[in-house]
Amino acid sequence: MMDIIKYTEDHEWILVEGDIATIGITDYAQNALGDVVFVELPEVGANYGKGDDASVVESVKAASEVYSPVSGEVVEVNTALDDAPDLVNQSAMDDGWFFKVKMSDPSELEDMMDETAYDELVKGLS
Amino acid sequence: MRPEGTSTLADDVLKTPLYDLHVELGAKMVPFAGYSMPVQYPMGVLKEHLHTREKAGLFDVSHMGQAYLSATGEDDVARVFESLVPGNISGLKPNAIRYTMFLNDEGGILDDLMTTRWAVRENTLFLVVNAACKDQDFALMSNKLAGRARLDVIEDRALLALQGPAASSVLAGFVPEAAEMGFMTAMIADYDGVELFISRSGYTGEDGYEISVPADKADAFARALLAHDDVEPIGLGARDSLRLEAGLCLYGHDIDTTTSPVEGDLTWAVAKARREAADFPGAARILGELANGTSRKRVGIQPEGRAPAREGVEIVDADGNVIGKITSGGFGPTAGGPVAMGYVTTEFSEIDTEVGLSVRGKIMPAKVASLPFVQQRYYRKPKV
Repeated sequence: MMDIIKYTEDHEWILVEGDIATIGITDYAQNALGDVVFVELPEVGANYGKGDDASVVESVKAASEVYSPVSGEVVEVNTALDDAPDLVNQSAMDDGWFFKVKMSDPSELEDMMDETAYDELVKGLS
Repeated sequence: MRPEGTSTLADDVLKTPLYDLHVELGAKMVPFAGYSMPVQYPMGVLKEHLHTREKAGLFDVSHMGQAYLSATGEDDVARVFESLVPGNISGLKPNAIRYTMFLNDEGGILDDLMTTRWAVRENTLFLVVNAACKDQDFALMSNKLAGRARLDVIEDRALLALQGPAASSVLAGFVPEAAEMGFMTAMIADYDGVELFISRSGYTGEDGYEISVPADKADAFARALLAHDDVEPIGLGARDSLRLEAGLCLYGHDIDTTTSPVEGDLTWAVAKARREAADFPGAARILGELANGTSRKRVGIQPEGRAPAREGVEIVDADGNVIGKITSGGFGPTAGGPVAMGYVTTEFSEIDTEVGLSVRGKIMPAKVASLPFVQQRYYRKPKV
């Protein structure tokens, strides 16, 4: 089965591998934020509903909430961001991932955008 | 997350003479104090900040208010002006600059500003005030000094700041005498037929200049400065982190009408001669505070973790009682971590006092820190 990448209107990406969703912010989002200087990651084991505040990303300019785009339990966080928060700028879609959630309701993914739809959204913003 | 979108420019937002240049350079423009101003350029806040500390940054500060204040009678204009501020202005030598502040009758700070005794014009001061306060400041002077001084607001000049260790060598390429100026002095120079008011001052903690240039020549002059390899354009974002690391107050945040110069740790700007004469607005309160202390004080705050503590964050003691509030805070690129300042009740104002910061429902450890976070590197003229 191929990995699936979904996007939210809040500029998060979700890489789906089985019932595990890896969550990060998009390249558009990191660019809009500017230099990221701190990421507050969730606790492993925390349970979130879809849309709950799960993480905070701080740039030189401001703090922004990162919402959990899916419901479930946090199973892993990207501790590399503690020492190198700028990974979010350098590699938003890969090394700069935030946390992984074991999804309790994969049907939540159904309404989300694919890459083409997200690219359209971003095009409309600039 | 929800990053801010590109803001569209409302019709009533003012533009500085460098607006087109900012847009051409790819700046992200934001509304600030009624003007559309560059918050950052493509280089980004972090690199802009570091570049300024390493070489030289060019800032557009044309939104700030510039004015002349001239005596209408025989009195020294500086004496007349002193009725609004606690600084020793009458003691200023020609071309010398002083930082001071307008006070209200309760001793609260109405604005902070730079005052220069203008040498080329009889009995005149040159003033630079904050953008957000300029209308109020100009009204204050017009009203309170009516009959004794005349205010001429300068509408046809832009204001640039060139800041950083390379500022002196860069500006010397245009005006050789600028390299010899002492810190907090001013001069008028002619560059290619353009009259420049050059002040060796700034608000980054670095050596540098503020340069008042005719509005219609500002674009060309800014481009000429930017053509130098050492100079990059710097936006308001880095201006804020630079002044925060330098421990300098931002009006409307770290000081305002609810804070006195004593609470704001600006007692050095309340001149000795003025204390003795007790002839400035709010003197009763301020002299009382100088004698008896205040219940709160502005201090530096050093968060111990990596998370920035921003304006509005509550400062708490070991028991969780609120003892103050952060008034400026963020990430200091040169400090390499979060830096902040704020007010705490005086018993917690000693350096190294352990405090907590209430950030998103959690208490983060922090310490009261001495200001500045990054050593100021103003130019000291060699003694002959």
